[in-house]
Order: sequence, then structure tokens, then C-alpha cells
Amino acid sequence: MLSTMPIGEKVKAKKKYRGVTRVARVIQKFAFWVPLIIMVIMIIMAIFAPLIAPHDPNLGKITERYLPPSFMEGGKSNHLLGTDQIGRDVLRRLIYGARVSLSVSLFVICITGAIGTMLGIVAGFGGGRTDAIIMRVVDVALSFPGLLLAMLLCVAIGPGFLTVVLALSLLGWAGYARMIRSEALRIVQSDFVAQARITGASGMRIMFKHIFPNVINSLIVLMTLQVGMMILAEAGLSYLGLGISVPTSSWGAMVSDGRANLDNAWWISAFPGACIGLVVLSGNFLGDWIRDRLDPRLRQL
Amino acid sequence: MSEVVIQVENLHTSFFTRMGEVKAVDGISFSVNAGETFGIVGESGCGKSVTGLSLLRLLPEPAGQIIAGKIFIEGKNILELTKKQMRAYRGKMISMILQDPLQSLNPCYMIGDQIGESVRLHQDLPENMVEPEVISALRLLRIPAPEVRLKEYPFQLSGGMRQRVVGAIAMSCRPRVLIADEPTTALDATIQAQYLSLFDDIQQKTNVAIIFITHDFGVVARICDRVGVMYAGRFVETAPTREIFKSPKHPYTQALISSVPKLDKKDERLFSIEGQPPSMMRLPPGCRFGPRCNLCMDICKEQEPPEIKISDNHSVSCWRVK
Repeated sequence: MLSTMPIGEKVKAKKKYRGVTRVARVIQKFAFWVPLIIMVIMIIMAIFAPLIAPHDPNLGKITERYLPPSFMEGGKSNHLLGTDQIGRDVLRRLIYGARVSLSVSLFVICITGAIGTMLGIVAGFGGGRTDAIIMRVVDVALSFPGLLLAMLLCVAIGPGFLTVVLALSLLGWAGYARMIRSEALRIVQSDFVAQARITGASGMRIMFKHIFPNVINSLIVLMTLQVGMMILAEAGLSYLGLGISVPTSSWGAMVSDGRANLDNAWWISAFPGACIGLVVLSGNFLGDWIRDRLDPRLRQL
Repeated sequence: MSEVVIQVENLHTSFFTRMGEVKAVDGISFSVNAGETFGIVGESGCGKSVTGLSLLRLLPEPAGQIIAGKIFIEGKNILELTKKQMRAYRGKMISMILQDPLQSLNPCYMIGDQIGESVRLHQDLPENMVEPEVISALRLLRIPAPEVRLKEYPFQLSGGMRQRVVGAIAMSCRPRVLIADEPTTALDATIQAQYLSLFDDIQQKTNVAIIFITHDFGVVARICDRVGVMYAGRFVETAPTREIFKSPKHPYTQALISSVPKLDKKDERLFSIEGQPPSMMRLPPGCRFGPRCNLCMDICKEQEPPEIKISDNHSVSCWRVK
């Protein structure tokens, strides 16, 4: 076919093809760098919050209520993103809010990842009754309404940082356990585990030295993808008043704060909402990217 | 010749499934001396690999269990050992090479670490003594440039090389018994020959007793001193290799040997045994090979043939043999 084409067209076709791949390549690169940069900025913001915004984010001037962002008419240059209903600076609260949102997701992911991986490996390796018991508990955890648990915890120990972390951790490990178990099941069948047994390795040794290193890839991918989920969950709980409570700022709580004034002061809710969206999106992109990188079947593509 | 290293007496291994009991190994006895190679030959599904796993007590429990019998390694019945004691035996006294070299190595570790694991588990050596030990194991398997290989990952090695590394793991603590479960099936013909000669070499250097599980009579002729022909969980004939090729007594052995292709008989159709081995859950009454046997008599269908000793080390279970 190609050889019957006039030469000019052939070149054209080639060029077009090249152009597409170049665009794809650029997008691919951005899909990694942009989310990474956003994440890094957010993390730096969270860590160095007191240096970036030295004033107390929970204090506001009653005379400066509902100030619009500085780029809008009536905005002031010392309140870049405006103020809320009691005159607190939205940007400052946003920066401090990053601390809460990110640390909640960090804590929850570490706790759930550790518990889930451990139980998943034990279930996959132990098999039989051990496996059945652990997986039934997983089923219960996966079907238990998370919101109900959060409300119960809220009643029992009151809303706050600990409640959010507990509420998300108590059920969140189940997903890890289920996935790691399926991986472990596959690895247990493999000859190198048999070889380890032949060598005289104990069960503990096989679980930690032979199975664990082989599930790390999947674990990392799942953990990265969970960053977004956890931030969303925290925001949801705080929005409902079950999470971080006044006056501490968290993104979810800020969205909630502004919901009564959405028509005349949209910036109170919109900016924290945008932050949540950005971080969640970045987390998902990074997770996808890492998965593509770690999955040897996709690496060839 | 020399002392008996492993002696198996009347070993019974069964799998308990929902459909009932499967007698995978149904009363086999043999012994192997130091420096000797004993071959276990048979069709797939006749209980060869289960025998191998039974010797290591690595059956998939609770389904698979050793019901009766004794396994002596250097005079000690390993079926009486606790699980922990048994772990200390594995790798140190008795070891095994599995079929597929591509799967037997953990992709996450350098091969030096994987051989070192066995060394660390069984030999109480200071850390700086582990590496020389690993290198000597690699040398034993004639792996070139062991100091370099040590730091390589499994994916960097060829199939033949990987199988040698697996051998090095198995031999790293110089066990007295080595079980090789069809170690050459995954290798191509040239590498196969190399690998087999390696076994001779190892045996000369370490005087290890080798139990070689295979379905290939060519391999048997090449490497084994004695052979046990297994059918439906039992030995039908046990004899020195030379004798079994010269004068096979059991019809099954005869059939197996005549189904090996020969270079000098070109235009003949290759012999094959009709039918399939019996289901281990519903064994035929009488001789197990009876339904497929060309020489089947009436008595074969009613009574199991006794084991008849033809000479000191040749025994066969068949009514035709007198």
C-alpha cells in the first residue's frame, strides 16, 4: 500500500504519525512531573506552615469578614484568597489545613498498609483455617458502613484527629489484606518458596524474606493510590463534623464552613475544594505512573 | 560397597480428598548407599514426586500424609523428628532440586544471598566465612567466575546457569542425600548432558547419595547405578541399571524400555503402552498393571503378585516370573 503512494504523501503520513507520538510523550512526561510537583509543594506547605504563614490561622478580625480574594474587586493584598465569615485568612488556613489532611492520610496509610500486609501474607501463606478466618474478618470490615463506625467513634471519644485516623484505619486495612493475600497465594505456589522449605527455612522466614519482598510492588502502588482516597475520606468526615473540629482547620472542614455562604462568598469553600481535587488527582496520577513503572508486563510498552 | 545413607521401609503416603483417600505411594522400600545414584522411573502420576516430597516431609498438609513406614537417614528415623528438628535436617542432611530452574530462585535476591541463606541456616559460621562457603558451593557446580556471579540476580543468568545455582543451594551444606526431581526436563538437550555429568562430578567430590526421579530411560542409563520402576504407587521392579536394560523381567519395564526410540531401528513404529495408569482411588484387583498387560493371566486379575527376588539386588513383582 505505502509503496504506491506518492512520495510527498508518504512523508506527510510519517510526519503525522511522529507528531502524535511526540504529543503522547509530552503528556506522559507531564503526567509524572506535574502531579509530583503539586505533591511536593503541598508537602512543603504542610511541613513549613509556621514559616510560610507566621500568624495564627485561627484568629480573624471581625472587621474583615467576607473579604473577596485580592484579584477581585474589593479584595485586599494581605488576604490573597480572601477571608471567611469570622475574618480568618483563607490562604493561611489552607496552608495549615494541608498539615491535617496530609498527616491523616499518611498515618492511615501507614497503619492500614502495615496491618493489611501482615494479615494478607499470613492468610495467603497459612491457608486453610487461618486464611478462612482472616478473610471472613476482611469481608466484615469491607461491608461495615464506615460512616456508622465514624459516628460511633465520634460519640465515644469525641471528634478530632485521633477519631479520624481510627475510623479510617479500623476498616481500611481490609482492602490491603485482600490484595496482598491474593499476591501471597500466587507466590506461595512458586518453586522458590518450595526451595526455601527444602533448604529448611521456617514459616516466619519464608513470609518475611521470600513473600514480603515480592509483594512490595503492589503494596507501593496501592498505597500511592490510597493517598487521594484518604484525603477525600478525611474531608468527608470533617465536612460532616465527625472529623477535625473547630477551630483547627482542615480542608474538609473549610469546605463545610463555607457552604452556607456559597452564593455570596464562594471562595471560602472553593479554594479548599480545589486543593482536595488537586491532591487527589496528583495522588492517582502518581499511583498510575508507579504501577506502570513497576509492572514488568507494561514496562515493555 | 559402602554404608547405607537412606533407607525407606514400606512407605505409605496418602492424600485425603473429598472423593476419598488417594494412595499415592503404597508401600515402597528401598535404600541408597553413599556415593550411589538410585533412579525412580515411571509415568507421570505414578507417585514419583510424592515419594520425593515424603522423604523431605514436605507434603501439602493436611491433605497429604505419610500413613505408615519408616525413613532412616543415617540410622535415624526422620518420621519421629519434631517439625523443628526436621527443619534442621532439611538442607543439611537431605536436600532436593526441583524441576523448573526458572522458578526456583527468588527474583528479589542476588544468588549469593540465596545460597548464603542455606549456609547461614545450617552452619554456625561467622559472617565473613559465609561468602567463601558460598563460592565453594558455586565452584562445586562448576559455575565460572563465582565471585562475579555472587552479585548477580536470577534474571541475569541463563536457564542452565540457574539450574546450577539451584544445585549449589541444594549442595551448599553438603547434604548426605540429594533428591533430584526431573532436574533436566526444563533444559535443552546439550545443557542436559552437561548437567548430568555434573552430577557424577558432585558425587565423586562429596560422596552424596542421589535419588534421581525421572521418566526418561535415557537419563537413567546415563547416570543411575540402580533403578526402581514405579507403577501406581509401587515398585514393580528394582534392579541395577545394567541388568534392567539387559534383561527386564516385568512386562511394564519391558514395555517402557521398548518405547524408548532407538537410532538403529529407523522405520519401525515406536512402541507405546495402551491405556492409562489406573486411578489411584479405584485400583484394579490383583496386579495393578494387569489391565494394560499383554501377558495378563487369570491369577493376575485376582491376586497381587508377591515380590520375588531374582538375585541379591534384583527383585520383581510379577506372576510370570518364577
